[in-house]
Amino acid sequence: MEERRIGVYVCHCGSNIADTVDCAQVAEYAKDLPNVVVSRDYKYMCSEPGQNLIKDDIKQNKLNRVVVASCSPRMHEPTFRRALQDAGLNQYFFEMANIREHCSWVHTDRAAATQKAKALVSAAVRRVYHHEPLEAREVPVNPNVLVMGGGVAGIQAAIEVADSGNLVYLVEKEPSIGGHMAMFDKTFPTLDCAACILTPKMTIAGQHPNIKLLSYSEVEDVSGYIGNFKVRIKKKARFIDEDKCTGCGRCQEICPTKVASEFEQGLGQRKAVYKPFPQAVPNKVVIDAVNCRHLKGRAQGKDICRICQKGIPNKSIAGCETGAINFDQKDEILEVDVGNIIVATGFQQFDPSVIYQYGYGHLPNVVTGLQFERISNASGPTNGEILLASGKKPEAVAILHCVGSRDANYHKYCSRVCCMYSLKYSHLLREKLPDADVYQLYIDMRCAGSGYEEFYERLQEEGVNFIRGRAGEITDTAESPEEKDKLIVLVEDTLVRRKRRLPVDMVILSCALKPRADTEKMARTFGLSRKADGFFLEKHPKLDPVATVTDGVFIVGCCQGPKDIPDTVAQASAAAARALALISKGKVEIEAATATIDEEHCAGCKVCIELCPFKAISYDETKKVSRVNEAVCKGCGVCVAACPSGAIKGKHFTDEQIMSEIEGVLV
Amino acid sequence: MKASYFPGCSSSEGGAKAYGSSSQAVSKVLDTELVELEDWNCCGSTPYSSFDELTSLALSARNLALAKKKGKDLVTPCSSCYVMLNRTNAYLKQYPKVKAQVDEALAAGGLRYNGTVRVRHLLDVFVNDIGYDAITAKVKKNLAGLKVAAYYGCQVVRPKFGFDHPENPQSLDKLIESLGGEAVSFPLKSRCCGGSLVISEENIALDLSRKLLDSARSNGAECIATVCPLCQTNLDVYQSRVNKKFNTDFKIPILFFTQLMGIAFGLGEKELGFKTNIVSAGKVLAKYA
Amino acid sequence: MTTTTFEPKIVGFLCNWCSYTGADLAGISRKKFAPNVRVVRVMCSGRVEPSFVMKAFESGADGVVILGCHPGDCHYAEGNYKTLRRYPLLKKTLAQLGVEDERVRLEWVSASEGDRFAAIVNEMTEQVRRLGPFHQNRGKNVKA
Repeated sequence: MEERRIGVYVCHCGSNIADTVDCAQVAEYAKDLPNVVVSRDYKYMCSEPGQNLIKDDIKQNKLNRVVVASCSPRMHEPTFRRALQDAGLNQYFFEMANIREHCSWVHTDRAAATQKAKALVSAAVRRVYHHEPLEAREVPVNPNVLVMGGGVAGIQAAIEVADSGNLVYLVEKEPSIGGHMAMFDKTFPTLDCAACILTPKMTIAGQHPNIKLLSYSEVEDVSGYIGNFKVRIKKKARFIDEDKCTGCGRCQEICPTKVASEFEQGLGQRKAVYKPFPQAVPNKVVIDAVNCRHLKGRAQGKDICRICQKGIPNKSIAGCETGAINFDQKDEILEVDVGNIIVATGFQQFDPSVIYQYGYGHLPNVVTGLQFERISNASGPTNGEILLASGKKPEAVAILHCVGSRDANYHKYCSRVCCMYSLKYSHLLREKLPDADVYQLYIDMRCAGSGYEEFYERLQEEGVNFIRGRAGEITDTAESPEEKDKLIVLVEDTLVRRKRRLPVDMVILSCALKPRADTEKMARTFGLSRKADGFFLEKHPKLDPVATVTDGVFIVGCCQGPKDIPDTVAQASAAAARALALISKGKVEIEAATATIDEEHCAGCKVCIELCPFKAISYDETKKVSRVNEAVCKGCGVCVAACPSGAIKGKHFTDEQIMSEIEGVLV
Repeated sequence: MKASYFPGCSSSEGGAKAYGSSSQAVSKVLDTELVELEDWNCCGSTPYSSFDELTSLALSARNLALAKKKGKDLVTPCSSCYVMLNRTNAYLKQYPKVKAQVDEALAAGGLRYNGTVRVRHLLDVFVNDIGYDAITAKVKKNLAGLKVAAYYGCQVVRPKFGFDHPENPQSLDKLIESLGGEAVSFPLKSRCCGGSLVISEENIALDLSRKLLDSARSNGAECIATVCPLCQTNLDVYQSRVNKKFNTDFKIPILFFTQLMGIAFGLGEKELGFKTNIVSAGKVLAKYA
Repeated sequence: MTTTTFEPKIVGFLCNWCSYTGADLAGISRKKFAPNVRVVRVMCSGRVEPSFVMKAFESGADGVVILGCHPGDCHYAEGNYKTLRRYPLLKKTLAQLGVEDERVRLEWVSASEGDRFAAIVNEMTEQVRRLGPFHQNRGKNVKA
């Protein structure tokens, strides 16, 4: 067997490791470990001089195995593997000992930490002895991209990728793209009309030759790996032939069934056949199977209504002129191949009815932020006039910050945009109701962004009453004549140190942005993890905010965490750039640590075949042995552990390697 | 079913004697035996615990240690006892140093306690263990037409995640309905009556009580049902003082919820003790007698 | 004569995607915990064979923890279910070999649960410390 010449490098990481672990001592200790020919300690191994130390030693000392004791391999394993490769050594002849995240950062006793570091180094040295040369596999990258979610994040990402000439499948659950931004009235701090800046992009996305828009569709299953994903999409039946529908809206006018409109946040109504909003893209209607009289009747064997299709002949009212209505339409399943996936599924608004004392749901005129957007919007249920449920104009309005956010009972995090959109609401109120009193009840004012602080100052000058205090209760129990028929906000004004009762007519609750209800299901489908707050987990919060641990799957926008439109658009462009980088390279390296079966020892028991989560193992009927398809194998090792004959070897995680690591770690 | 019963000072010989006797009587009708805990002592109580917390915890723990020997849940009709005993369980779990001191005190009395007795409020037991259907089944005189404000007081539903919602509890409302009565809308149903402040800060307590009486009346209530001896005292005994101070004319009977159940079950004065209610319930309950 | 506290040596098998990352998070957050657990990284908790656990005890370990992703969240979809299935059988076998039940533990730690990792390390260390060194007690005090 080839003589092993192992080099050990103990990193100080500045003072991160050296403050707690005696690096020189560890390096000294490593010198005496079997097969170690070089052992050094150095301040920053990941730096260029640090890496050169390794490369020089490989050349001069003819090293054929390297151990670096420093940070987590999840941080720098690729860095050092590349260094080995540069010096002409197979990158798998490398092992790392984590003496930072798992040692110096978490222990206080210097002697104990140093002893543990020695054990971890000893384990790495014994393990690397058994490392074998492996070649990382290269697979081609499919240039198509899937964008999941058609809000501003998804639209932006889709357009950027499509503009480069690659095909994008843009999948949106709702009948129209636009997401939450399409509901907004104006956007802070510039007070641009949201629809005005979004609809041009929506139109481009709807008409772009490289974007295949799959609206009213959902992703059911994702399989494969980076560069080679297979996605199964369900295109839900609209009961409308999209090629024939011109979006004229006549069916919508004559449909006799009215239900609460989701787009209008329950404040307005729509019909059973409807376009969610006038600027919908695609500009087609959809029939809601839950409320449509004809479709409901079908389930009971009846054939009723069909007014949208037939019109009302005895009143000379015509139905659909192009024959686009098709009650027999079925859901369609599509299977597409893509190389990258960008998840842009957005957020959900917190439902404040759980905070009973704020009165949402049982007191009138208590509305959420999105509801107020619709009230203020010129194409909303009140045509842009600020009106109470009674139709009268409010004389006083209170806006409550942090409803569901910064709250140990619901969501601990700050939703980041509520201070700004609360200021926006105050502005819209002062503009449309110049005589009304407007109160903003805040804990802190968070206005960090371009033009944000200036916007705050502007609102102070517009005469809005800012009260620093979190509202305790909204009640309709009057305690004095001027409180009669009002909503009274109870708050402690902590700047003047008094409890106050504010009689108002309308209360706007600035609700938290929370992860969507289907996040768990989405996480399983796309192989994503979630953070403690429920949003999807990024690869690294600072250095890699759009990538995830699943290579080839990116997360952008509010599904990663609450954020405003500028940050959402920036992330969307970032993910598009990452996808395009991969596409332009054309191929990608994937993990070499797969399983392989020694056919001599395989007894053909097939235990491994049943266990493989990816169906990567097949049975050879002629030879009566099992075989691993290494292109599909993901290297989990479940079969390796289960094989009764020990015939399966898990590359880079062999029994030998792990057993010696165990021995080493217990010195 | 059987449970260990902790009446507390008010419900046994104190001002809420009627609560104690009606609880026992009603439980019997519901085939539930409340076996009074032998040799029980003061629960530690709200005022005492603000004065000398450690001693009050030890007092409370003694009751729990005695209950442990009987091996059953400990049920109390008094909201203050309910909170005190539960708080003791929580503190012993959360603060090992306090537990060590309390263990020492208990050991001096030859007792040990490992923290596993569940403390329940009588309302919880009726509503969740016995159930509304079983209660309706025993109704002899349906209370149809009686408008009742279900008053929980602040303690029985707090801290959060107890057996009912802190801001909008429904268990007592539903109990009243299961007797045939109408539980009126009562927004202040889980707000404070002033509690023991009625002694040291009478004005504050009277103000709080007035708000409660006013809200109940303006929502159409003919009487108020309570689950706590102190709430009952404040609203009933001090109702005349509220009237004097605020120039109001409240004449709202304040009943223990078990007295109401007793009327519906056809029990009499001996068990229900209406004579001890200051604001007479005679007129309101006349047609159900 | 001074009494020295027994410092148990515990081997932790951590899966790369969830528990190892969770342990890294504990480090990044500078949580402080006992230094007695030494980590061996595997790609999935499903890679952990019973022989690894026995090797650990044979090589001087006083305790073993196996950490994986929460059921449903395994990076490889089902790997941790296999671990879950193997575990009761492993415990039974170990008992017959004289290993006390409390010396081996299976827990789920997600990538965002740095606190939980630290808590498990501390709990396990104390638990094993109370049992004493493995070699001394081997064969005694064990209910098969």
